[in-house]
Amino acid sequence: MTTPSDTWAAAAAAAATPVAAEDTSCAAGARTDADPARPAHADLAAHLLRLGDDALVLGQRLCQWITRAPTIEEDLALSNIALDLIGHARTLLTRSGQLDGTGRTEDDLAFTRSARQFTNALLTELPNEDFAVTVARQLVYTHYAVLHYEALAGCADAELAAFGARAAKEVAFHRLHADRWTRRLGRGTPESTRRMQRGLERVWPYTGELFDEDDVSRRLAASGTVPSPAPLRGEWEQRVSDVVTDAGLTVPAASWSAKGGRSGLHTEEFGPLIDELQSVHRQFPGGTW
Amino acid sequence: MPAERVAAPGAHDELLAHFDALIAEGATIETRDWMPDGYRRMLIRQIAQHAHSEIIGMQPEGAWLTRAPSLHRKSVLIAKVQDEAGHGLYLYSAAETLGVDRADLLEALHQGQQRASATFNHPALTWADTGAIAWLTDGAAVINQAPLCRTSYGPYARAMRRVCQEEAFHVRQGYDLMRALCEGTPDQKEMAQDAVNRWWLPAVALMFGPPDTEAGGADARTAALGAAVSRRAMAWGIKRHTNDELRQRFVDSCVPQAERLGLTLPDPAIRWNEERGHYDFTPVDWDTYREALGDDTHWARQRIAHRRAAHDDGAWVREAAAAYAARADAGASPAGAAAGERTGTGGRDGTRSGVAAPQRTEEHT
Amino acid sequence: MSRDREGAPASWEVFLRARRGLAHQHAGSVRAADPDAALAMARDLYARRGDPLSLWVVRSDAVHTASPDERDPYFAGAHHKPYRYPEHFAPLTEKGPDGDHAE
Repeated sequence: MTTPSDTWAAAAAAAATPVAAEDTSCAAGARTDADPARPAHADLAAHLLRLGDDALVLGQRLCQWITRAPTIEEDLALSNIALDLIGHARTLLTRSGQLDGTGRTEDDLAFTRSARQFTNALLTELPNEDFAVTVARQLVYTHYAVLHYEALAGCADAELAAFGARAAKEVAFHRLHADRWTRRLGRGTPESTRRMQRGLERVWPYTGELFDEDDVSRRLAASGTVPSPAPLRGEWEQRVSDVVTDAGLTVPAASWSAKGGRSGLHTEEFGPLIDELQSVHRQFPGGTW
Repeated sequence: MPAERVAAPGAHDELLAHFDALIAEGATIETRDWMPDGYRRMLIRQIAQHAHSEIIGMQPEGAWLTRAPSLHRKSVLIAKVQDEAGHGLYLYSAAETLGVDRADLLEALHQGQQRASATFNHPALTWADTGAIAWLTDGAAVINQAPLCRTSYGPYARAMRRVCQEEAFHVRQGYDLMRALCEGTPDQKEMAQDAVNRWWLPAVALMFGPPDTEAGGADARTAALGAAVSRRAMAWGIKRHTNDELRQRFVDSCVPQAERLGLTLPDPAIRWNEERGHYDFTPVDWDTYREALGDDTHWARQRIAHRRAAHDDGAWVREAAAAYAARADAGASPAGAAAGERTGTGGRDGTRSGVAAPQRTEEHT
Repeated sequence: MSRDREGAPASWEVFLRARRGLAHQHAGSVRAADPDAALAMARDLYARRGDPLSLWVVRSDAVHTASPDERDPYFAGAHHKPYRYPEHFAPLTEKGPDGDHAE
């Protein structure tokens, strides 16, 4: 990691530590191998929490589309995708809560953490804006997620591998949706072409974070627990570029790369999203649903 | 237009006799069959209103998708709202077999020329409202709609069979959601009771339409009016029961459910009538209720405004899809035969006369 | 022309094979601007439940139908041809037609 933004990332990690100290699942990245207090599966728990938060937050964003989509058909398609994503989040958060030694449930993790304790990549929390931005976000995420889940399908943990295989299939359908719309908007009208290109420019700086390595992912990869996302980047870029080019659009130039989500430093738009997500749950302490 | 398939004046009587005979023997009318104009119009009106209600009905619940208090409930609600979109689409398809276009029906909804059920012109104020809507409103819908699975018009009956199958799940989901609240904290139960207080009357009154029998509480004039409409619809086999019969059936099914939940239905007149073998309840004061509710209220406007905003914001996306398809079609067949032409067979069951293919006005080179 | 009218794109008939051993059956229709979108739409709309094995979409205007004017030649039926129906013939066993292929 040698990009200029690393300085900022390091500051971000440091800033995240006070929160992380109260929360083992978030702390995993900040701890070292030598830490005797670290639960045996802390790294895996932290990793699954990241993936689960990605799915949950993106699913939440897509829920905001429902009843507002360009066609009723699209209401249906987006809710289908949201439903799968929430399903992924449930599996991942449940497993993370089992592994981190706290015994927290999927709902504990989704509804009682603060915004600072969420470890999703910033990409997933970007506001929907227009349909083109949403499609662009879906495009870059689904191409990443298919590769990532396919890699997970080969991991040693049988349960996790089975989940990876199932999720990869579901996300592959979401990828078709994103590819299809990228082509249609890219090769639609001058307005849709302009908007789609803008959508790509908007999300592009947030894609790097999906592939970032840190101590957690390096240790997990080194021990053969789960593969690192970093090596997937080349193939991801190739596949996304193919679709973008085929759509008559331009792959955005490499620029700054956003970081922070993995250590709980989010965009300002994230707070309201989490407040909304948790509002009813928090309003009824001790409630059962 | 299929509607114009009217032969010589003498032949009309023969066609009508054949149609009446089919209805009398309980056979389904299919798209290819001749049908009286009134029958066609009544069907279009009813199916379109039903489809609009599914689409507008997505809104009160859809507003809670982002706030569902558990991930399980969130999944359930997404699936439910998604089903409603699906039901709307099944029904628009059924309407299209009668020679109307979905685009025109939506346009009519947006312009206020056609309406959705006024039930959804109520606000969903708390999470419990999503449960009350599913339990009561969908519960009313199932009772109202179950007989429509045997309605005389084939495409409508087939769409309704799909709809009812899925709707039955919704009622259970709603009941289950309410049960969780009632078994939860006092605050949760209070929220549940409050929601039932607000959704009971809309379900009883609006989901079944105006009283159409004097026993149903209507004054003689209203009853006569309602009864005339219902009689016509029943003679044609579009409807199978009066509004009031179905309303009674709904009340009878809900009272014991509410008792099991420990919730009070907001009608002090509800009590078992041994003699009738039904629950008594306060007759629906239709005129007063309609007046208070009206079609022009804050929420009625809000629902349509929300729908129109989605439609307007999405215009550029639909234009892009049409332009892309037109170009792809032109590329695939040099004559460009497929795109932009009115077509012959069209139609869901193969007789709708015109299918508007993607317009080609957006062709850019 | 309101080219952006919602629900105006072409109509497609959807057929799905619900299980092995069944023919594709007409499930309904969708509107979509192109075949890929129609197929995806059909999947979302008619295959939300169950696990259908395969889906077809066919443009509604590509379905050729015998029009009612041709009712007689096409649909005159075969009621007057009793030899097209099994009841016309003597059963093979005492059990009647159901016993024809008993083990």
